[in-house]
Amino acid sequence: MADTLTIGKALNLGLRRAMEDDAKVVLMGEDIGRLGGVFRITDGLQKDFGEQRVVDTPLGEAGILGTAVGLAMRGYRPVCEIQFDGFVFPAYNQIVTQVAKLHARSRGRLPMPIVIRIPFGGGIGAVEHHSESPEAYFAHTAGLKVVAVSTPADAYWGIQQAVAHPDPIVFLEPKRRYWDKGVVDPDAAPGPLFGSRVVRAGDDVTVLAYGPMVKTALQAAEAAAADGRSLEVVDLRTLSPLDLDPVYASVRRTGRCVVVHEAPVTLGLGAEIAARVTEACFHSLEAPVLRVGGYDTPYPPAKLEEDYLPDLDRVLDAVDRSLGF
Amino acid sequence: MSVLSQTTEMVDPVPGAGAPHLPAQPDLVQLLTPEGERVEHPDYSLDISPEELRALYRDLVLVRRWDLEATALQRQGELGLWASLLGQEAAQIGAGRALQAQDMAFPTYREHGVAWTRDVDPLHVMSMFRGIDQGGWDPVATGFNLYTVVIGAQTLHATGYAMGMQRDGADAATLAFLGDGATSQGEVNEAMIWAATFAAPVVFFCQNNQYAISAPIERQSRVPLFQRASGFGFPGVRVDGNDVLAVLAVTRAALAAAREGSGPTFIEAFTYRMGAHTTSDDPTRYRLASELEEWKLRDPIARLKAHLSRTGVADHDFFDAVDAEGDELAVRIRTGTREMPEPTGTEIFDHVYAETTPELAQQRAEFVAYHASFEEA
Repeated sequence: MADTLTIGKALNLGLRRAMEDDAKVVLMGEDIGRLGGVFRITDGLQKDFGEQRVVDTPLGEAGILGTAVGLAMRGYRPVCEIQFDGFVFPAYNQIVTQVAKLHARSRGRLPMPIVIRIPFGGGIGAVEHHSESPEAYFAHTAGLKVVAVSTPADAYWGIQQAVAHPDPIVFLEPKRRYWDKGVVDPDAAPGPLFGSRVVRAGDDVTVLAYGPMVKTALQAAEAAAADGRSLEVVDLRTLSPLDLDPVYASVRRTGRCVVVHEAPVTLGLGAEIAARVTEACFHSLEAPVLRVGGYDTPYPPAKLEEDYLPDLDRVLDAVDRSLGF
Repeated sequence: MSVLSQTTEMVDPVPGAGAPHLPAQPDLVQLLTPEGERVEHPDYSLDISPEELRALYRDLVLVRRWDLEATALQRQGELGLWASLLGQEAAQIGAGRALQAQDMAFPTYREHGVAWTRDVDPLHVMSMFRGIDQGGWDPVATGFNLYTVVIGAQTLHATGYAMGMQRDGADAATLAFLGDGATSQGEVNEAMIWAATFAAPVVFFCQNNQYAISAPIERQSRVPLFQRASGFGFPGVRVDGNDVLAVLAVTRAALAAAREGSGPTFIEAFTYRMGAHTTSDDPTRYRLASELEEWKLRDPIARLKAHLSRTGVADHDFFDAVDAEGDELAVRIRTGTREMPEPTGTEIFDHVYAETTPELAQQRAEFVAYHASFEEA
C-alpha cells in the first residue's frame, strides 16, 4: 500500500525496517537516540530498539567511525550518522585509512558493511560547515561506495539496500529536500542501488544531477519545455561506482551534456563524468560537456548561498551555451 | 603533589639530548628486579610454575632471534623495512601471554612478540615487510588484528570490537596496543572516552619506549602516561615493561576485570626501544649512547635468565636448547622469506570490495589485456 511520505520519514521507516530485518544493525551517532537526530531521521528508534542498538555516542566523529570498524569486524552492521556534512572531516582519517582499506588489507577476511549517513548540501540558510558537498573526497577513495538519494522512494529503499550491502557506503541525504514529499510503496520491488535513472525523457540536451540538484534539474527541464527545448534528466543516484551506460545512450541521442552539482566544479564529480562521456560519446557530441556547480570558494555565509548554489537559471544558462555550440 | 613536581621524574638530565632519567619509581609494578630477583607486590601476585617460566624465557629468546634475523634480512635487501622490537620483548610476551583464546589483540606495527603468542606464522608478518601483502594472517581466526600503521587508529577498533563482545555477552576482552607517541593522537583519546562511557571490555596497553621516532616522552606528556587514565575515569597502572612477570600479572588482572564488566584499564609498560624506530631510522641523531648502555642493564631476557639460573628452574642445557631452537627458527624465517613467491599484478584489484564494481572489473580486464599485449608481441 503506497503512502505519501517526506524523504526524512521515508529514511526513518527504511531504517526501522532494516533494524527489524537484521538484529546486527546498530545505529550510532550524536543525538540520534533520545532526541531522534537533529533532523529527526532516527525519531522513535531508540525507544523501540533500545540503547544497545541506537547508540547516543559521545561527541566525536572519529570515535563513531573508529568504533564502527571494530563492531563491523565483530559481525555487526553499523549505520553511522554524521550530523552535518562539514563535520565528517574529524572522521575522515578512519573512513579513508581504515573503513575503505580493511577489506583489501585483509584480502577479504574482514567485512566492512558500514553505512555512513551524511545530510549534505546547502540551501537551508545555515552557519559554516553545515552546507557542504564532500562527495568527491569519498568517490576518489578506493574501497568506498557513494550514493545520493533524491526521492522518498529511493530514500526508503536505498537505506535498506545500503545497510544490507557488504561494502562500506557513504549515503548522502539531500538535507534541504528532507521535507519534500513523494509516494513510497513499501511492497514495490526496489531498483538496484547502484544504478542511474532517467527521470525525465527529452531529446535536446542531457542534464545529469544527483541528490538535491535533481529537483533543480527537473524544474529547469520544465521551464525549458515552455521554450520548446526538450531536456532529458538523469538522476545519477550512484556516484561511486558511476552507472553511466544510460547516460551514454542519452548523450548519443542528444549530442549534448550538462552536469549539475552543488560541489565546487574543479575536480568534482562533473569533471570525471565529462571525461568519461567525452571518451565514450566522442563522435556523438555536438558540444563539450559543460559543468554547473559551486565555485572554488569556501561555502559562503547564508546570505550569499543563492549566489553560490546552482539554480534553475544557471542550469538553463548552461543548456543555452551547450545548444549554442 | 603538583603537576610540576610529578613531571620532575621525567626531566631530561642532559638538556636537548632527550635521555630519560631513571630515578626510583614508587609507582612501578615490578615482580622481577633487573638483577633477576623475585619480589612481591601488594596488588599483583603471580602464581607461576617452572614450566611456565621456562616457556616465557623461550618466547623471549625466540622473538628476539626472529627480530634480529629480520633486521639482518632488511640489511640484505630481502625486506623493504623492519620495525624492530628489540628491548620490548618482555612487554609484548607478557601482554600476549595474558590473552585468552577468545580475546582479540589490536597491534600497532611492532607487536611481533604478541603475534608470536597468537601463533601467527612469522612468515605472515615477514611477507608484509617484504611488500608481498599487507599481512598474511587471518585476524579473527588468530585473535590478532592486522597491523595498523596509522598511529592510534586501532585503539578505536579495539574499543568497537569490545562493544561488540559486550553486545554478544561474550566472556572476552580486547587488548589495544599503542605507543607513547600515540597518546597524543585525538583518536586514542576518543577511544578512551568511548571505552569509559560504555564500560567496554578493552585494555589499553601502552608500551612507553621513551621515543616517538625522535621525539622524547617529554614532548608528549607533562604527566606520567598512566596517570592520564584517571582523567578518563578508569584505572591506570605503570608496570616495568622489561619484567615479563609483572607485565603478565598486570595485564591478566586488567583483562579479567574487563571480561567481568569492570571496564577498561590503561597499562603503561615502561620500557625502551633498544634499536632504531625502523631500519630507516638513525637514533644516534637524537639520543645518547650512554642512555642505551643504561637500559642494557635492564635487559628483559638477561633478568629472567638470571632468575631461572639462580632458582635452578633452568640450566645450561635448557638455555642451549632454546638457543638452538632460535637458530632453527632463524633459518626457517630466512629461507621462507627469500623463497616467498612474488605476488601477481591482478591481486591489486581482487579484494577492494566484497562486491566488485563494473568500473573496477573493467580496469582489471584492461590491465590483463595490456600485459597480455606484451606477451603476444
